[in-house]
Amino acid sequence: MGDDFLINAESLGAIRGERVLFNEVALSLLAGEALVLRGPNGSGKSTLLRILAGLSRPDAGTVERSGRHHWLGHRNGVKPHETPRKHLTHWGRVWGSGADPVEVARRMGLERPIDVAGRLLSAGQKRRTAIGRLLLIERPVWLLDEPFTALDAAGRELLTSLIAEHRARGGAVIAALHGEAPFEASREVLL
Amino acid sequence: MTTPSPLFAAFRQALSEAWAGGAGALLPIGFFAGAAMLIPFTVGSEASQLSAIGTGILWVALALASLVSMERLFQADLEDGALALWAQEETPLFLVAMAKIVAHWLVSGLPLVLLTPPIGIALQVPAAELLPAMLSYGLGGLAFFLWGGVAGALAASVARGGLLIALLALPLFVPTAIFGALATSEGLGGPSLLFLAASTLFALSIAPFAASAALRLAVD
Repeated sequence: MGDDFLINAESLGAIRGERVLFNEVALSLLAGEALVLRGPNGSGKSTLLRILAGLSRPDAGTVERSGRHHWLGHRNGVKPHETPRKHLTHWGRVWGSGADPVEVARRMGLERPIDVAGRLLSAGQKRRTAIGRLLLIERPVWLLDEPFTALDAAGRELLTSLIAEHRARGGAVIAALHGEAPFEASREVLL
Repeated sequence: MTTPSPLFAAFRQALSEAWAGGAGALLPIGFFAGAAMLIPFTVGSEASQLSAIGTGILWVALALASLVSMERLFQADLEDGALALWAQEETPLFLVAMAKIVAHWLVSGLPLVLLTPPIGIALQVPAAELLPAMLSYGLGGLAFFLWGGVAGALAASVARGGLLIALLALPLFVPTAIFGALATSEGLGGPSLLFLAASTLFALSIAPFAASAALRLAVD
């Protein structure tokens, strides 16, 4: 039974400095699910996501992962000299992806700024470029930290439909969010 | 999953970043040339004096020049989020760190070596010593960049960590500097060149692991 979980975390705890951020957090993720992490600023949503991604070590508890994940953090990962075309080509190469970076950029509405260097892109365009990475190669889990920030209405709609498509293909999402979730969440984790 | 292609991609990204960095890659070269050119003005232009200290001074200039742009090498990756992406890859982080350091050396370390003959001649270094000097600056420079890379990784999350980098890296430069200076005066046949090569190999085998451990801490 336990093999069905894409991610299974038990009694997670994190300490920042002298303060306990959260304790005894348990969550599990099945194919097709979308988990929303909620909590006020500083409650440890990002820390929890980083622990699930394997970037940070939990101070207590365990995380089991089956299958790989895509990461969309606060920082987009787009370098100042990189254009959306270069960025998507680069990560496509790293991941051995067969997807056409130009096609992905078009999907993300980046035809016009496709050859504009990252330092000249707007925050929303950078975010769209980063979201484009998720389309380069199929990975079952998407870990998204405030994915809707900086996006305009069309961008939010686009990401919502991308998440829906991903879930329909059997993928799963864990997202830290503020405000209303534009997609139907399977469960919410309150921190 | 094949290992080489992500690694080549990391290398390409590092190379294009180094080129795109504007003056970033040229800074060590300018520093090296400028520091070396100050010497005749400070110690006097007498040929015997210059040729006696010329190669040694160039070692000091090389050591300092290698640290000039180290501060941004990994800090930029941490700030723009690329480091977090690399840290989640199956490709070992030490290979990515090594690719970045070697790319950085190719862009701003190797030109220093190519610059040594004209500067050496200006400092009255005997012509016969120029070739061994270039070889040992090349070998030693790579070790400097590798240790500098470790210090850069350690200081990646420190604002204005330039001084910290110098404090961390300069003690690690000592063996390379000792054998390097001996190798330049001994010439190609001497044992010191082999010791210099050994110190560079040592750096090559330790520094990438140390740098990746530091980067894991920085990204946490």
